[in-house]
Order: sequence, then structure tokens, then C-alpha cells
Amino acid sequence: MTDMTTNSAALAPSSGEKFRERVLPFILFGLVLIVIPFFGPSRTTMTLLNHIGINIVFALSFNMLLGRAGLLTFGHAVYLGLGGYFCVHILNWIDAADGGFWGNLPVFSMPVFGFAMGALAGAVIGWPSCRRAGTAFAMISLGVAELMAAFAYMFDSLFGGEMGISGDRMAGPEFLGLSLGPLEEVYWFIAFWTFLGVVAMYMFTRTPLGKLSEATRDNPERVQFIGYNPTRVRYLVFIFAGAFAGMAGGMSAVQDEIFTPESLSLLPSGAILIAAYVGGIRYFSGPIMGAIVMTYMGSNLSDYTAGWLLYLGIMFICVVMFLPDGIAGIVFGFWRGIRSPDRGHLMGKWAQQLAGVFLLAIGIIVFVEVAFRWSEGYGEVWEPFGIALPHDAILTWIIGIIPFVAGVAVLRHVTRKQEEV
Amino acid sequence: MHPPALKLVNVHKSFGPAKIIQGVNLEIARGERHAIIGPNGAGKSTLFNLVSGLYSLSDGEVQLNGAVISGKKPFQINRMGLSRSFQVSNIFANMTVRENVRCGVLYSMGYGYSFWRNIGNLKEVQEKTAHILEDVGLLDKANLPASLLPYADQRTLEIAITIAGGAEVIMLDEPTAGMSHSETDRAVELIEKAAKGKTLLIVEHDMGVVFGLADRISVLVYGEIIATGAPSEIRGDPRVREAYLGEEADHIEGEPA
Repeated sequence: MTDMTTNSAALAPSSGEKFRERVLPFILFGLVLIVIPFFGPSRTTMTLLNHIGINIVFALSFNMLLGRAGLLTFGHAVYLGLGGYFCVHILNWIDAADGGFWGNLPVFSMPVFGFAMGALAGAVIGWPSCRRAGTAFAMISLGVAELMAAFAYMFDSLFGGEMGISGDRMAGPEFLGLSLGPLEEVYWFIAFWTFLGVVAMYMFTRTPLGKLSEATRDNPERVQFIGYNPTRVRYLVFIFAGAFAGMAGGMSAVQDEIFTPESLSLLPSGAILIAAYVGGIRYFSGPIMGAIVMTYMGSNLSDYTAGWLLYLGIMFICVVMFLPDGIAGIVFGFWRGIRSPDRGHLMGKWAQQLAGVFLLAIGIIVFVEVAFRWSEGYGEVWEPFGIALPHDAILTWIIGIIPFVAGVAVLRHVTRKQEEV
Repeated sequence: MHPPALKLVNVHKSFGPAKIIQGVNLEIARGERHAIIGPNGAGKSTLFNLVSGLYSLSDGEVQLNGAVISGKKPFQINRMGLSRSFQVSNIFANMTVRENVRCGVLYSMGYGYSFWRNIGNLKEVQEKTAHILEDVGLLDKANLPASLLPYADQRTLEIAITIAGGAEVIMLDEPTAGMSHSETDRAVELIEKAAKGKTLLIVEHDMGVVFGLADRISVLVYGEIIATGAPSEIRGDPRVREAYLGEEADHIEGEPA
């Protein structure tokens, strides 16, 4: 008996490791959330931060399916949308109520209702769709998203038609002294639920069901022969993923106070897929990073260039092709690299790769910026750093082609050398 | 008198016009170590898939400890106490060795689909997992991703997952396929240890392993069992020699049983 206990003790990570890997990151995350408002962010930044929080929860819930259970879905926004719509309706009930249950309900609790609605939607929609995995599952999710969006446009009384439904987050009693009127108070609301959602979803990965969802992803056939029904595993995970998406919907209802049928459509579903994938679906923290980066880019890149969607697209394709582990893969790879004895050599390699990517990016940016100004036909000329680059100037082509070719050459060189080693 | 651990009654399986299994009758007593041999394409793996529930029977019945299991789903059959391995390594490639075995342990310890417990706090699960890893000799590789294991270790892990749930009837599909001599020896040792006190049904091409391990042997040819008996009977059976053993028979003669 004693040797058995020592074995299992030696196998499991030490309590120090457990703390470093499973507790410390969350303490740091919580601290960051608490510290942010003390830097006095502007209203725009505050709104952006709130959307980032919502998307973190949303992206993680998406990754419960894609990364952890191997289920690709094109319709995850359905659950955020339904959860959100439900909460906007509740906001209105609270506003209209004169005492009673709704009259005494603080708006702070909305994500709980979003969670419940998302779970319900997941339970109903998942029942037929989780019978299939792989391509069939993905196709069904696409169909469901289309169906729900069409449904939402048809039933005006529930979904408010194209205008959507709006509510008032200041209705109802205050909770913890938060009226949820000013953006700073909404920030605390979002920060609280984001933290709770992230911790809850991490804890889910540590449960028997969470582990079995990974096993089902890796090998559904074998799961059957260790006593589990893979369909049941998928279905339960699907309900949870829907629930957490609905929770993000509840957060969004309070932040934006409006939901439109578009929120159920393929567009936000695709956006969250991209965010989670760019962040890195093989890491728990990947979708968090992806949500931060993509939300930031989505709201700020459009200030700099009209071609921002194109850049996002190029970035997504590059990640899929060359960086399947996403941003998290880079971050953790870098962290491992600088602590390995091989770091000098690795640093050199990374510097070369960085230079290659930089050159390539210059080439692509020049082409994109010049091309869409030319195609617009207003005769507008792109002038980075005061240098005019019209489409018919030799200089433009030189600045476009040379860095592009050089970038490709550098990257190929690095890859070749890596293969030789 | 106990019912037999495993009983196949008139089992048939056809894929379209192709009759792969044509009326197999077999009784395996509790605690028996039973081997199925036969030429390639005889239907050995199909028979395994029928018994374990991966395929449905065209006709006939399979009983586990007297209860009918044909028509049930693989996970239901597994919960009733029958566990099987696969000819090709069928593991959870992206999880660690320890997680692989732990997944095999969970259901039998009553943790089903639970999502309110932290797996790290389930002490008995951790101990059972460690115990199995030690038994099969994978303790030092416990935290490696399963996909990084060498081939022979993956085969060992395959067996470890199979026995993890503590099933009474263990079915192993060519556990030593593709192994070297020394690896085969170790695998046989492991199988003997794992099957102790349990019922074992094994498909194997290595005659040395079969004749060394089995209490009884069935010979499957073209979807029919042409002979069942102790190794000595099988070795001397003229039909078996004619249908299957042929040139290999001389080799078996010299094999110490």
C-alpha cells in the first residue's frame, strides 16, 4: 500500500507545480483585471475592454467544442445570441415590474440567466446534432445558424426584427452598490463574470467529463470500449459550451443593451472561430489571447486602413498554414525557448523569422493599400511617411516586390536550415 | 455451476453477399485462457468486433456470464465486464500515458460523466492508475504524450487501457503483432499477469505465444470453427494441419507447449 501511494504522489505534479500552473495564472489574471481601471482608461478603451471580456468567455466556450472535444461548429453565436436575447427581455421585465421577482432582480445576475438559456438551447439543438461528429456535425451547425438567424428575422415579437430589442441596464435594484450606469461600473460587472467564466471553464477541463471530452476528440471508437458513450460525452460538453456562450450573451446584453438577429448569424460565429484559432486551440489560454488580439484589431485596425478585413483574413490563413498552435503556441514556445540551453541558436532563428515576416508584411501591405485605392478609382494615392506611391510608379512596384521576395526567401532559408538539423 | 464467461451461439455475420462468419459456436469457461487462430481473412477480427459490439450480428447470439450482449452497444457491453484491445494501437494520442490509463479507470470507479469533481482529487483513481502503470512497466513514461511512445510501448499502453476498467473478460487482438522477440516475451509476461484470475480471449499469429499461453485453442477457417481443444489436441488434429497449419505444423511440433 505504501509503495502505491508514493507512486501516485510521484506521478501527480507537486503542489508547487500545481500552484504555478493552475493557481498562479488565475491570481495574475484577477490582479490584471483589478488593476486596469486604475490606469484611467478612456470610455472607448473601457468599451473595448468590456467587449474583450465578453469575447474571452465566448471564445473559451467555443474552444470547449473545437479544441477540447474536436467538434467544429460554425454556429456557436446562436447560443450567445439566444442567451443575450433572453437577458434583454429580462431587462425589460425588470424595468416594467413593480416589485415581485423581476422587480427585485439585480441586473448583475444576467449572465446566470444567459447561462441557463444557453444550456437549454444547447440541450435542444445538441440533441439531434451531437449524434454526428466531424463534417456532419459542422454542416449541421452551419444549418442551425442559418435557420436561427432566419427564424429571428421572422418572429418580430421575440427578436424585434432588424432593429433588434433593446433594454436598460440601469433598471432594477443595485447590487454591491453598482448601478451599472457608468461604463466603469459595467467594467466591474464584466470583469467579475469574465473571471468567473474563465475559472469555471478551466475547472471543467479538470473533471472526468472534461477529460473524457479530450479522449473522445482523440479517439471516439476507443472511448466506447472504456465504458463511455461518445455521443453522450459530446452532448454534455455541447450543453456546457452553449451555456457559457449564453453567459457571454448575458454579459453582452448588459454592456450593449441591445441584441439584433444578426448576433445569431454566421458572421459572429465565424469571428469567434477565427479568434479562438488564431489564439491557439490546443492551449487553454489560446482563445483568451485570440479574443484579446482579435477584438482589439477588430475595433482599432479599421481606424488605420479600409483593408483591415483583408489583413485579418491573411493573418488567419497564415496561422492555419504555418502556426497551427496560434499565438499561444508562439508565446509558450518562446517561453520554453529562452529557458532551454539552446537559446542562443533559437534566438538567431527567431530573429531571422521575424525579419522575414516583417519584409513579407511590407510587401503585402504595399500591394493591398495601393491596390484598393486604385480600384476605388477616386485617384487617391497612398502616401506612407510622405512618400507618394501611385499604382503606376516603378518605385511602388520595387517597394512591393523586393521585400515580398526577400521575405519569402528568408523564411524558406530558415525552414530549410531547420529541416537539415 | 457458473454459466460460461462467454458463449457464442450460432453467430453469423455477412457484409452484403460476403458471409464472413458462418455459424460460430463457442463456450469459454470462467478463468479460461482461450486463443483463436486461423489464416488471414478467416474472420478472427470480425469475430472480435461482433463479440465486443462494434458490429451487429446478422444472426445468432452472444452471452456474457449468461446475459445476452449481442445487440447492445460497445459501451454497455464494456460496463457489463468485457474489455478488448485492438490490432492497431487505438489510444488517445494527444493525452499523456497517465491520462490514457486514467480514462480507462474512471467509469469502473463510478465517476461516469461527472463534471462536478476535480479529477486530481480522486485519490483512488490516481492510485489505481499508478498501480496499473507500475504493473505494465510504464510508470517512468507516465507523463509523456502517448503519441511519442515507441511502438512496443504503445502496444503495452493498449493493453493497460484494456485492463484498466477491471473487466472480467479480456479480449486481446494480436497483442504481439509487429514486436521483436524480446518485446514479445515481455508482452506475454504482461498478458499472463494481466489475465490472472480472469477470462482471456486472444487472437494471435505467433504460434509460440498461442501454444504457450492458451488453455484451449479454436481454429477459425472461412468463418467457421473447425476444431476446438487443448493445445496438444489441436497440434495433432489432421483437419487443422490440412486447413491451416500446413508448413507451420512442423515448427509447432518442435515448440515446447
